[in-house]
Amino acid sequence: MTELSFTEIVIALAYLAAGVLFIVGLKGLTSPKTARKGNRIAAVGMLVAIIVVIADLVAHNTVSATAAWAIVVAGIIVGGAIGAFLALRVQMTDMPQLVAAFNGFGGGASALVAAEVIVSAEYSFSAEIGVTTALSLIIGAITLTGSFIAYAKLQGLIGGKPVAIPGGPATNAVIAVAALAASIFSIATGNVAGYWVATALALVLGVTAVLPIGGADMPVVISLLNSFSGIAAAMAGFTIGNQALIIGGALVGAAGLILTLDMSVAMNRSIPNILFSGFGGTVAGADEIGTKPVKRATPDDAAIALAYAQSVMVVPGYGLAVAQAQHAVRDLAAELEERGIEVHYAIHPVAGRMPGHMNVLLAEADISYDLLLDLDQSNPKFGQTDVVLVIGANDVINPAAKNDPDSPIYGMPILNVDEARTVIVVKRSLSPGFAGIDNPLFYEDGTMMFFADAKAALEDTLAALGNL
Amino acid sequence: MSSEFIQGIVVFVLASFVGFEVIRRVPPTLHTPLMSGANAISGITIVGAIIAAATGNGVVAGILGFFAVVFAMINVVGGFLVTDRMLEMFKKVPGKSR
Repeated sequence: MTELSFTEIVIALAYLAAGVLFIVGLKGLTSPKTARKGNRIAAVGMLVAIIVVIADLVAHNTVSATAAWAIVVAGIIVGGAIGAFLALRVQMTDMPQLVAAFNGFGGGASALVAAEVIVSAEYSFSAEIGVTTALSLIIGAITLTGSFIAYAKLQGLIGGKPVAIPGGPATNAVIAVAALAASIFSIATGNVAGYWVATALALVLGVTAVLPIGGADMPVVISLLNSFSGIAAAMAGFTIGNQALIIGGALVGAAGLILTLDMSVAMNRSIPNILFSGFGGTVAGADEIGTKPVKRATPDDAAIALAYAQSVMVVPGYGLAVAQAQHAVRDLAAELEERGIEVHYAIHPVAGRMPGHMNVLLAEADISYDLLLDLDQSNPKFGQTDVVLVIGANDVINPAAKNDPDSPIYGMPILNVDEARTVIVVKRSLSPGFAGIDNPLFYEDGTMMFFADAKAALEDTLAALGNL
Repeated sequence: MSSEFIQGIVVFVLASFVGFEVIRRVPPTLHTPLMSGANAISGITIVGAIIAAATGNGVVAGILGFFAVVFAMINVVGGFLVTDRMLEMFKKVPGKSR
């Protein structure tokens, strides 16, 4: 074993310290009390890693040209400024698309690192380095374009509805196999052309894989792309022989995978089903929708129901985010609490467009996080709840998931709001939810339909409450 | 296969398990900050990007390196900042919970 110089030892240990800070930071992110500190600890780990790599380059005198340093410094300033600008300016309701975009940049960076290693061609690759380089290129490229399609869907630049790809999932499979074949060609022959073909195919695959996936499945897509950005970084770490990248990448890969699995369990669908089925493209039984009678509620009706309740459960969904109604909910809840009425919030794991979307919005409105209940905490409570106020949610409260074996969402765990005495559903129209399925809950005796924009509905109800 | 590569595999597998165990029981309330915080950590590729930009041979390598640094820095700075902004809002409001 070759002896390391003092500088090399210090640098290796400093990378280890960065990795440990990442782990401690992530651990902190698992509890609301320690989360903010945890995030900052991880950020310190990142700062350590950046200082170490620059110190390493200086110590070994590897960088000969001033131009090279200029590129590094310019890149740090430009990238840092763009990142800070986006992070400080974003509205909380736009968080899913920003997280998607950041994922894309991370994956893209890893692909670029692998590409630069190939272009510089300072040494010939061993087969295993060829494999990790190809994986970094392919996974990074998919993450880049896939994330930007997700961004475009969430931002409303392109429709949220699934877009059918000619040939369907088979087309994606062919592209994926071709990309792998091109990589194998390069690894086997040493001719780098195959890497570029693979990268180009992967960029296309990111687009064709995410386009057919509908808006309500975005929590899964974003989690999966998050996992990908980590794996791409880890693969780049193998290629350049840097353990900090391997540790950081593996941690993120695991974190993203856990969230992806959580989300697919919450929808009772397998990951392949979510990725390949183009769910939500067709409206089942569209003819029947709107012909059955529903009980319509005015702001006064809603105010009276709420005023005479003892316990109220708010069920937020994507409609709350669209209407930016989180502050209006808080104001209404504060008035109810003032009257001695207990208010809780029941949050389905896939409510909104990314994992935990609703929690962030309600936190923005200063709603205490211990009032937010998850599926397992809230379901036993609905039986003793007087009024459930559903705001812009649909599929996650559809009893067809329990009762109708023919329903496309049959078996998905839902919030059992139908067990409450009265359900008020605030919704813009009777149009079916994202999944395109009619909701039998809307026609039940205990249900009142309040057709309005979520924010306007809540404000009108609060005003009506004041007149009681 | 080099011993360095094998070491890399060891580190990768162990770090994956550590990640899995550390994060497994994260409450749904923190799913979004966890994701964006983890996302910022995936910006560790900045280390590779800086090496790439600083040691690259030729103009094309320089351009690739530059964009690698820019992309990774967007991910790092944006990711940590936005996570901090979000977590600042997560409060337990006294007196509201009964």
